[in-house]
Amino acid sequence: MKINRRDFMKLAGLGGVVFASGLGRTASAAYGAGPAVDDFYFVQLSDSHWGFEGPPNPDAKVTLRKAVRAVNSLEEQPDFIVFTGDLTHTTDDPKERRKRMAQFRDIVADLKVKTVHFMPGEHDASLDQGQAFQEFFGKTHYTFDHKGVHFIVLDNVSDPRAMIGETQLQWLAADLAQLPRDANIVVFTHRPLFDLYPQWDWATRDGARAVDLLMPYSNVTVFYGHIHQEHHHMTGHIPHHAAKSLIFPLPAPGSQQKRTPLPWDSAHPYKGLGYRGVEAEVKKDEYVITELPVQKG
Amino acid sequence: MNSSLRVLIIVVAFFTGLGVGAARVIAQPAEPVIKITAKKFDYTPNQITLKKGVPVVLEFTSADVLMGFNMPDLNARSDIVPGQVARVRLVPNKVGTFAFFCDIFCGSGHENMTGTITVVE
Repeated sequence: MKINRRDFMKLAGLGGVVFASGLGRTASAAYGAGPAVDDFYFVQLSDSHWGFEGPPNPDAKVTLRKAVRAVNSLEEQPDFIVFTGDLTHTTDDPKERRKRMAQFRDIVADLKVKTVHFMPGEHDASLDQGQAFQEFFGKTHYTFDHKGVHFIVLDNVSDPRAMIGETQLQWLAADLAQLPRDANIVVFTHRPLFDLYPQWDWATRDGARAVDLLMPYSNVTVFYGHIHQEHHHMTGHIPHHAAKSLIFPLPAPGSQQKRTPLPWDSAHPYKGLGYRGVEAEVKKDEYVITELPVQKG
Repeated sequence: MNSSLRVLIIVVAFFTGLGVGAARVIAQPAEPVIKITAKKFDYTPNQITLKKGVPVVLEFTSADVLMGFNMPDLNARSDIVPGQVARVRLVPNKVGTFAFFCDIFCGSGHENMTGTITVVE
């Protein structure tokens, strides 16, 4: 079954599969000095952990390819695609790390949409401070603009201490300083910027400083990965939306003693895995999130 | 080494009477020290029992790479730098079993590098 934009919005009306993130914007002006303001949608994929092998996903060698096919089957293709980190599963061998990144890059090259934004997760970048990642995918933190929305990619993993770091925080402050307070801002990052569950290392040590910098801006939304499940949280007026994984789901925060993967369900393969479409309704100041499966049924 | 080695710290409190008008210098009892080795990818020991309200010093060394110790429930953390001793003074203020973990990504087994501290009355 193909999903076009109309179906996409129909899904949005069903409830349970959708989360509408209000931007709360009161001014009618869009970001910047008059760029085109138009609705659009993008796709977020996360935590593919290419190279992982183990019982939590006996289909690990084909799951990413299936996700690529699922995205390609969308009748109306997204404006762009973003991967929010942990593209590859970590390895202590730098050669193997680069091999996995090359394989990942080759697989996602089959995506029909060629505008793809990448960022690292700790599995990609924490053992070499992002060196291999940068060889294959470029910068680990950057900005881009699209149809009236300012997108900021934050790197909270290249420092193995799970920190954004002083230099990048200054860069963020300088970038934000150029924006009006009602700019439409979307932040992509890997780890949660807030203390979701520090007992499982689901936090960014200096994430609160980034949130503090974002707080004066009225229309900010954060999309992230890392926790392998859908999750929604507010820090003040800023919503944070975690995406599902493409390798194995993890338990709800604090729901069990250890952060071990949920077991593969052979009766329902790919249960708990997925990706999401995000409809940016810029004029309504709203993002409509639809969770989509890698494999139906 | 047995990674599940349990350490029970028993602090014997002692009382010293002061005579009226006596000028005496009393040596403070040293706080118990628990030595913990961190290496890829475990802590030894990784299960520790403490008494509530009794201060201890956790003394960490790394056998290989930069590691971390983080126990949010008792608000304790430290870097563990190879070649250095990291000391964390702890006065457990609540009873229970609390997880600690390495919070500096150290390799392929990093996510399994955990332990627990049990605090008893």
